[in-house]
Amino acid sequence: MSEQNNPYGAPTTGHLWDDNLAELTNQPPKWWMIGLHASWILVLLYGIVYPMWPWFGGATQGLMGWTQIGEYKQDMAAIQSVRAQYEDKLPGMSASAILADSELSEYVVRSAKVLFGDNCAACHGGGGQGNPGYPNLVDDDWLYGGDIDAIVATVTNGRMGMMPAKAGVAMTEAEIDQLAAAVAKGEPTSSPLFMEKACFACHGMDGKGMHALGAPNLTDAIWRFGDGSVESVKYTITHGVNDPADPQTRNAVMPKFGDRLNETDIKKLAVYVSKLGAN
Amino acid sequence: MNDQVDKQAHADELYAESHHWHVNTGNETIHAKRMPGRFRNLKWAAAAVWLLFFMGPYLRWGDRQAVLFDIPGRQFHIFGITILPQDVWMLSLVLLFFAILLAVVTSIAGRVFCGYFCFQTVWTDVFTWIEEKLEGTPQKRRKLEEAPWDFTKIRIKVIKHTLWILIGALTGISFTLWFGDAFEMWQGYLTLNAGAMAWGSVAVFTFFTYLFAGHMREQVCFWLCPYARIQGVMYDKETILPAYDFKRGEQRGKLKKGQIEEGKGDCIDCGQCVAVCPTGIDIRYGQQEGCITCALCLDACDSVMDKIGRPRGLIRYASMDELEGKPALKMFQRPRVLVYLTILTLALAGIIYGLFNLSGIEVKVLHERQPLYVLQSDGSIQNKYSVKILNKTPQDQQIRLVVEGLPNLSISGGEGSLIANKGRITSYTVFVRVPRGSLKAESTPITFRVEAEGSEELSSSYTSMFIGPRP
Ligand code: SF4
Ligand code: SF4
Repeated sequence: MSEQNNPYGAPTTGHLWDDNLAELTNQPPKWWMIGLHASWILVLLYGIVYPMWPWFGGATQGLMGWTQIGEYKQDMAAIQSVRAQYEDKLPGMSASAILADSELSEYVVRSAKVLFGDNCAACHGGGGQGNPGYPNLVDDDWLYGGDIDAIVATVTNGRMGMMPAKAGVAMTEAEIDQLAAAVAKGEPTSSPLFMEKACFACHGMDGKGMHALGAPNLTDAIWRFGDGSVESVKYTITHGVNDPADPQTRNAVMPKFGDRLNETDIKKLAVYVSKLGAN
Repeated sequence: MNDQVDKQAHADELYAESHHWHVNTGNETIHAKRMPGRFRNLKWAAAAVWLLFFMGPYLRWGDRQAVLFDIPGRQFHIFGITILPQDVWMLSLVLLFFAILLAVVTSIAGRVFCGYFCFQTVWTDVFTWIEEKLEGTPQKRRKLEEAPWDFTKIRIKVIKHTLWILIGALTGISFTLWFGDAFEMWQGYLTLNAGAMAWGSVAVFTFFTYLFAGHMREQVCFWLCPYARIQGVMYDKETILPAYDFKRGEQRGKLKKGQIEEGKGDCIDCGQCVAVCPTGIDIRYGQQEGCITCALCLDACDSVMDKIGRPRGLIRYASMDELEGKPALKMFQRPRVLVYLTILTLALAGIIYGLFNLSGIEVKVLHERQPLYVLQSDGSIQNKYSVKILNKTPQDQQIRLVVEGLPNLSISGGEGSLIANKGRITSYTVFVRVPRGSLKAESTPITFRVEAEGSEELSSSYTSMFIGPRP
């Protein structure tokens, strides 16, 4: 039987177990040996070409001087070089000139998404859709004006509008009710209180707001705070906006980005924002 | 005592059988004899299909290569047709078609692909043909292998391996030519200026052609090729294959005095069928996985039968059923064949449909999700879309965009004539605004239609949704 186990008569260790079991001592197949030697040679070569062996002050350098961070930097440089043709132009141009250039504004719209996400989206939402208490940037209503320079100014210097609680003067419950009802209807001027309490000073004679002060248009369909219900209008009139004297006042602060972002980034953001809606 | 003898007899029988079961693991090189014959000619004719592979890249169509798989440009040109990534669903149908074609052919007539068309067997055939021209018949070749290394042997071997490597290189180069302009690429190769990708492909092809067709040969079919196994399971008893008619052939025995001995079958055990087999198997043991159904043993046996005056076809294309004397099922009654043919037809129909409906222009519209809609100061509702216009024609096109589906809608960002750049996607951001009163539901389908100015037949439309607040 044992000869059937060893048809080619390979050399054995000489010991027999259970009559016919022997351990062969022949070499593994040639291809296997080639694979074995090729493997360790490869490891050795790898260790020469790439940093691998622990050495004084870290590890051997490797013949090619390859490092992970180096590769990362190379990749980054490749991206920069693609972007350079656009990026190089941006610092020398005004935001409105960038907006007017269709190619550049397209580039900005695509590349400033990250910038917007990092700096603006926390309050204004990922798509600029706004959040309760934070203005929507996609619609066509702008507190401080929607032209590009106004947007640049807003981002650079921040904004903080102010509406005194109870119009800065005393207002009775009944007065507030009456005024709020008119405002919620979208017809603020229909209430005589609009003139009496000097609302017009900021919101305009026609109630359409004033960009210079960031006073919103009270006649359109868009509401700065809440949903435009009588309740929410009453709250705004009662407690005002950013009124330091009223602890329950509505907060509305757009922080200043002029000291956080460089001018080019601000221009990019302005272009991005102004392209968000149809404007 | 008797019992022991009996056991030994049983075991001996098994050993004898296992002895026959010789699997060729590549320890020895198969030197197959070449014999002329019908199937030999058929095999050459089938192999000639591969000339297309070598010559195809030089065909021109207008000012470009007729068939060009432009990977960096992400487009395939096949004569007048340009296929962009958006059309690759057709490619999957093409692959399906060929997969099923392989299945149906294999089910009907065995490994026709292996035997006649497969690059492994065709290239091996050519390589061994060269070998025979240089080194002579199988006997001489075996002798040469054992002969000491003298000048003649070295000369012959060097010429042979050089030719093999050259064929490998030409194979590799021809392959790459399908992916770039053939003439420019040749220029690159000849001036040693080709790209790294090209050199790499050529090197890989050269190496593997040389290794597979020159050295590994049938071992590739035995141990590497998945098709060998896949095709094997597609056989059934109705599949016609090169087969040895055991009823007619057995008992085999040597020819004595020019006569087949009384009571013996037609096989005279001359071993020719084994001698010519490129995979080195003996078909007389029945169908086996090593058989690539090249039918060369048919030629061999037929020529022997002719010589001894017996009818041809001791080895012939026959189904298992036929050999066992069972009635053969008609081809179109076999469920396997019918299923395969149905799939084949469907895939083909899909490809033809696709080719005839390759439109020059395609529009896709993505609705902005964040926010879904925007309330404007006049109370109207605005949705934002990104409209992607794919222009597959060879020129830039002036496009007009029409949006329909809601009363009183107005658009901005897509008015007037838009440019669709040739051979790629141009995308536009389009705002659609609708008075709130027009909206009767939270979402309403609206259609975007693009039309090339001046050529009406270039148009495409896409239906998207207009989303608003709950009315
Ligand atoms: S070639 Fe034909 S006759 Fe000769 S051994 Fe083979 S089967 Fe028999
Ligand atoms: S047995 Fe015959 S058909 Fe099969 S591979 Fe060998 S020669 Fe070809």
